[in-house]
Amino acid sequence: VTSVPTKRAKSPLRPRYLKLHAVLVFAFLFAPIIVLVVFSFNKAKSGTDWGGFSTHWYSVLAHTPAALQAFRNTLKVAVVATFFATIIGTSAAFALTRFKFRGRSGYSTLIFISLVLPEIVMGVSLTAFYTRFAHVQLNIHTVELAHITFCIAFVVVVVKARLSAFDNRLVEAAADLGATPFQAFLRIVLPLAAPGIFAGAMLAFTISLDDVVITSFTSGPGSTTLPLYIFGQLKFGVSPSINALSTIVLGVALIMLAIAGVFSLRASKRGVGAVDASTLG
Amino acid sequence: MDDGQVGLTDTEQDARPADKPATRRKTPSWLAGNLLLLPTTIWFFFLLIIPTLIIIGYSLGHRGVIVPIRFDWGDLVWSNYKTATNPDFLPIFIRSIVYALVSTIACVLLGFPLAYWIARFSGRLRNVYLVLVIIPFLTSYLIRMYAWQFILQRNGLLNSLLGTLGLGDNHIFLNTHFAVILGLTYGFLPFMILPLYASIERMDKSLVEASYDLGHGKVSTFFRVILPTVSPGLVAGVLLVFIPAVGDFVTPELLGGVKTQMIGTTIYDQFGSGNNWPLGSAMSVLLMLGILVGVFVYLSRVGEEAL
Repeated sequence: VTSVPTKRAKSPLRPRYLKLHAVLVFAFLFAPIIVLVVFSFNKAKSGTDWGGFSTHWYSVLAHTPAALQAFRNTLKVAVVATFFATIIGTSAAFALTRFKFRGRSGYSTLIFISLVLPEIVMGVSLTAFYTRFAHVQLNIHTVELAHITFCIAFVVVVVKARLSAFDNRLVEAAADLGATPFQAFLRIVLPLAAPGIFAGAMLAFTISLDDVVITSFTSGPGSTTLPLYIFGQLKFGVSPSINALSTIVLGVALIMLAIAGVFSLRASKRGVGAVDASTLG
Repeated sequence: MDDGQVGLTDTEQDARPADKPATRRKTPSWLAGNLLLLPTTIWFFFLLIIPTLIIIGYSLGHRGVIVPIRFDWGDLVWSNYKTATNPDFLPIFIRSIVYALVSTIACVLLGFPLAYWIARFSGRLRNVYLVLVIIPFLTSYLIRMYAWQFILQRNGLLNSLLGTLGLGDNHIFLNTHFAVILGLTYGFLPFMILPLYASIERMDKSLVEASYDLGHGKVSTFFRVILPTVSPGLVAGVLLVFIPAVGDFVTPELLGGVKTQMIGTTIYDQFGSGNNWPLGSAMSVLLMLGILVGVFVYLSRVGEEAL
């Protein structure tokens, strides 16, 4: 057996080519987003000619009532959906990780199915349910109910990932030290699960913020959300004000990520663990 | 991991009555579990199961004139399924599968080396690179597809760039197979990288070294050691890309056209301008069935707890 000269050469994939590949893939991932942001500050009215820096399209947006209304609706729906989906999903995750009972895998399968059900199928089935079965008027509340439905599974998955790494000896220790189960839950389990619950809520919020297909089937007059507004505007073609609107949405998502990052950093400093990729995937 | 957790809870419950009797008796496990799942159960019953059953029912109904659907228990027909799989619509199903398959392969080719590099060679900045993968993952899908529309359109950025280079500025990119596959690949690439990263990161490096010590070459080590070890992540990534890609609506709508219709846009049309709910329902059921087969293949490969 020949000896291998350096440690790095031991990889069958050469780091140098891998690094080049990584740079190219990151460029691929970010170039379109950066282009969009840059051109939202373009003075020129049409497409791709650079006419100088301007915030003109942002002030156009600020004077478009429909866009502002859509922005308010989006936030309203996302907050409501995140709140309820986090409560419902977290309790489901607790049930699935901390208790053993018959039918557990059935529940897991149901949650998994809701996760993989194509958006289009969920959209059309909800519109059929609302309009032909429950006979309700489509409005912002039907959108909220729909968003809670598809957010629950994401919260369950993220919180479950966090709880399955949980050391149960801590609860036993608390019990030995005289804590009631409720006290142990409140002072041991909940603080340790908090980063997972927070990550789940963040994911639910971003997914709600982003949804266009299900929203388009469940919203009525006056309950247009921002993605739906953008989608509608696209029928009239690409315009710089959509670039500006998109940049605002990207900004909101980045702020969310930054908050999650700060939170997870503080959590890991307290030794509680980080909101890492594995809890998001 | 999960099973171990449950096992611990279980032993705790078994042990408790012996040393800590009546005072510490908790709610029985099955009751607590079902109570905690009650909100999810009620929610999913009304807003997931019933709506899905309605769609299955509607797929056997008739097209209405004034109302979008005429449904009657005594008069159920299979004809919508025949229409959904006739030569007008079957190619759309096949096209959706081919698009999703090609983009999944593209995601593996782009994502695997990147995930491998981040997991093994990125050094101290590893978390920064991970965040760089997560940012597009959390960025609006619609907006990312709109960005490509902005770039690929007739008077878009790519054409003006090619024009500057003297390669002509009048190429058609939108409404092509290329555009839709590019969009799907771009849209779902993070879904491939994250699970792959997770399983490569967990891989025992000494396995690779052992493989070399035992005389395997690079190719053999890759296919016989690395690939089998990271296969759970690969399977997860493939399904996380393929499943949403096959039923996607936004990408074919924004980057495609009539020639590149996918099943998602077709269902959308049947519930919108086409006003043929029974046909749209039948297509939805077929799509759902296809996805469920995929899910059960996945569950049987990696086990339910990998959810």
